[in-house]
Amino acid sequence: MAATRTVRVRVNGTLHEREVEPRLLLSDFIRHELGLTGTHVGCEHGVCGACTILWNGEPVRSCLALAVQADGAELETVEGLAPDEERLHPVQAAFVEHHGLQCGFCTPGFLMTVVAFLRENPDPDEAEIRRAISGNLCRCTGYVNIVKAVKHAARSLRARAPAGASAAPAGR
Amino acid sequence: MVTRYLGAPVRRNEDPRLLTGRGNFVDDIQIPGMLHGAFVRSTHAHARLKRVDVSRALAAPGVHAVYTHGDLGPLGDPLPPLIPHPTLKHHKTQYALAPDKVRYVGEPVAFVVADSRYLAEDAADLVEVEYEPLPPVVDLEAAAEPGAPLVHEDAGTNVAAHYTQRVGEPDRAFAEAPHVFTERLVMDRGCAQPMEPRGVVAHWDPRLETLLIWDSTQAPIPIRNGLARLFGLPERAVRVIAGDVGGGFGPKIMMFYPEEIMVPLAAMRLGRPVKWIEDRREHFWATNHEREQIHDAAIAVDDQGRIIAVRTVFLHDAGAYIPYGLIVPVVASTTLPGPYKIPNYHAEFKAVFTNKTIVSPYRGAGRPHGVFVMERLMDRVARELGIDRAEVRRRNLIQPDEFPYDVGLIYQDFAPLIYDSGNYPAVMDRALAMVGYDRFPEEQARARREGRYLGLGVANYVEGTGIGPYEGAKVHVEPSGKVLLATGVGTQGQGHYTSLAQLVADQLGVDVKDVHVVTGDTGEFAWGTGTFASRAAVVAGSAVYLAARAVREKALEVAARLLEASKEDLELEGGRVLVRGAPQRAVSLGEVAVAANPLRGTIPEGAEPGLEATRYFGPPRGSFAAGTHAAVVEVDPETGMLKILRYVVVHDCGTVINPMILEGQIHGGVAQGVGGAYYEKLVYDEGGQLLTTSFMDFLIPTAMEVPDVAIGHVETPSPLNPLGIKGAGEAGVIPVPALVAQAVEDALAPWGVRVREMPLSPVKVRELVEGSRREAPA
Ligand code: FES
Ligand code: FES
Repeated sequence: MAATRTVRVRVNGTLHEREVEPRLLLSDFIRHELGLTGTHVGCEHGVCGACTILWNGEPVRSCLALAVQADGAELETVEGLAPDEERLHPVQAAFVEHHGLQCGFCTPGFLMTVVAFLRENPDPDEAEIRRAISGNLCRCTGYVNIVKAVKHAARSLRARAPAGASAAPAGR
Repeated sequence: MVTRYLGAPVRRNEDPRLLTGRGNFVDDIQIPGMLHGAFVRSTHAHARLKRVDVSRALAAPGVHAVYTHGDLGPLGDPLPPLIPHPTLKHHKTQYALAPDKVRYVGEPVAFVVADSRYLAEDAADLVEVEYEPLPPVVDLEAAAEPGAPLVHEDAGTNVAAHYTQRVGEPDRAFAEAPHVFTERLVMDRGCAQPMEPRGVVAHWDPRLETLLIWDSTQAPIPIRNGLARLFGLPERAVRVIAGDVGGGFGPKIMMFYPEEIMVPLAAMRLGRPVKWIEDRREHFWATNHEREQIHDAAIAVDDQGRIIAVRTVFLHDAGAYIPYGLIVPVVASTTLPGPYKIPNYHAEFKAVFTNKTIVSPYRGAGRPHGVFVMERLMDRVARELGIDRAEVRRRNLIQPDEFPYDVGLIYQDFAPLIYDSGNYPAVMDRALAMVGYDRFPEEQARARREGRYLGLGVANYVEGTGIGPYEGAKVHVEPSGKVLLATGVGTQGQGHYTSLAQLVADQLGVDVKDVHVVTGDTGEFAWGTGTFASRAAVVAGSAVYLAARAVREKALEVAARLLEASKEDLELEGGRVLVRGAPQRAVSLGEVAVAANPLRGTIPEGAEPGLEATRYFGPPRGSFAAGTHAAVVEVDPETGMLKILRYVVVHDCGTVINPMILEGQIHGGVAQGVGGAYYEKLVYDEGGQLLTTSFMDFLIPTAMEVPDVAIGHVETPSPLNPLGIKGAGEAGVIPVPALVAQAVEDALAPWGVRVREMPLSPVKVRELVEGSRREAPA
């Protein structure tokens, strides 16, 4: 077996330390080493966006990175968005309200993409929303209701945040 | 009884779980001691296997086993055929691992099991396979010719089946008709590409002697029954769970994919849990395809454009094996007549083996082909006779007072094709109004003056849904008052945890959130067939309704005793049974459940204990939904790019359980239809290599390409089930190719472009423009 390296990452606020093979994908590390199976893998070649996580606040495809590269990074996954099913993040709540998911496989990737997008652009128009999610594939919804959900999520995040400030990252 | 939930856009019970990363998808299953599998797959489309040497792979680190065909014993035989048909002469089925010959790129040759997926893939690279290439059979027409190289030598032909259905006297009708138009229409290969690839986890428990399987299948119960038979186990010793399945759309049902045999086999032989998860590249080879057909079609009409006869003679590409039988071509030829009155009809097809991935139903399952052919013929008639395209359709529609309408054919369920109910003119007129049909010519002219090319398309379809044989449901009230509903139809995103719960909640007067639905677990409910052919809501929904109603009756009887009231005076509301007009006299449903299952005393003779009932429902035949799609598109003749400006769907699927879920199904279907009509195409080279094996080559539409969809509903309930439901799962996808073809032709009318092939693409559109003789207007 190949020599291992130590990886230290903070995921959703919790510090993890593991010995891993250098070739281990970050997506596999998150799912199988840390057991955070909310992050999904749809293509493993960087197109579908199902594996999107936040890496120091930026959306990143975890299937395109190695776990060792994330050493020292701060990661957020879908599990960090809400403390439980009753207290959903506004983006999650908007997905419920506007039927933004069907099978739910692509959903964690969309949520992470959208959470990051709305921090950057709290008041997007439809064209901006469509562009922002165009790196995430969904085979069930035709995106119609995802777009709707993002619009409404933006509205409720704006209502929560003080004027001028961008929405606070959830789960912290 | 108040129906609070039937017909309401109830938010989904399953969402909070899925949204917080607590789904239960097959790759989420982790079992201590679990091993991981990887397949060695054929790199040749057609070759003899001379030698498979696994010695180096076996010696690789972390490897526990490497299986080839020789290790399989009786499981090395062809896997069981699924749906026989009298004309299917050569019902060739796939192998768990290829024996002496491979028949498509991606066919499994060996299975490696190791400590991790990484190590299994390393070792799979060390398996040495020596091939002796044979001439590949790739082109569909060439494959059907006599003298073509044979995919299955012992069949003596590549034609697996040759089937003809006729209505009236088509030959005479064509001979005598004043106008006959012919078209050659082609649909190329596509595939479903659910975002979750397939996967199987198997765990053999030697103490319980139970084989536990998690499988991303749309049909866990038949998988369980089949595996029990193949592995010589009692049915109760096999439990198949299809938890959350990340999209299905048809191909996640086959019985059996080779992997569904190999993973349990390895788990049983090694005494360790084994997991195999398909990767996306594998999925392109190993998960079934669809759509490839070549139709030679003809239509005969009178001077007014009234249909006298229709004929379609077509080739259906079955791929290397034909486990699923003739479902797709039969559905294509029986969907073709659609909402139109066709007194004489001739449908004839050959299902043909090729050295390509196996074909089985993908959302639409032949319906898009049938509608594409029929609607192209209608467009041709409109053009040739100079009749407005909506008008020519209207003249041929079956009228609302003509139901039940016998088309005169035999459908995929082997029952007569009889439309149960509908109002086709109302559906089409609504769609035309919504898309702005009457004002479009002016809109189009205005755009052309600005150098923009707009086109409108309108296409009709009838969708066979809700076929038998049957489904069942068990409804059970817990002492807590919570309700459990178990049924066999798994969900791949269709919202069964909610729509089926709505039916129960209405009957029992409980909150929809208090109905806990269990589906797709044979340990909970083991009778039924599965989620396909838009049948879950119709067939399982009806069974759920009947079971819930039986529990309601029982609750009323028991509560009448408890409350010393007459049954007729009671009602169920807010989780309680109460006396009408005297709400203080009430018992909770939980108390009723306890009373129905007493520790002392007795229950009335003939009664069953508990507040529980199981019911089954089998429809006499399918129920037929219908719809019209209409769209306005803009085509750029320079770049070939297509922009959809408006998209309208008017749909009649009878009684609607949950309009929010229904609309979501339609949105998704339209997106898939648009993908299949313009972006997605599986390309094989002449050697039988699949060239499109990633999302960089096979382009699934993103949010930038698919339109917003305006939806209108017409409701003509089905008389064939207690709630009047018709299925809706495929409605979004069916007419899209027909519609896009017509709209593109309309937009590019100045060039006289004709669309006879699907899918289109920017390149194709450019070719059409360049190929047209006429010059662009100044
Ligand atoms: S799994 Fe990472 S982009 Fe598809
Ligand atoms: S909800 Fe199924 S892929 Fe998006």
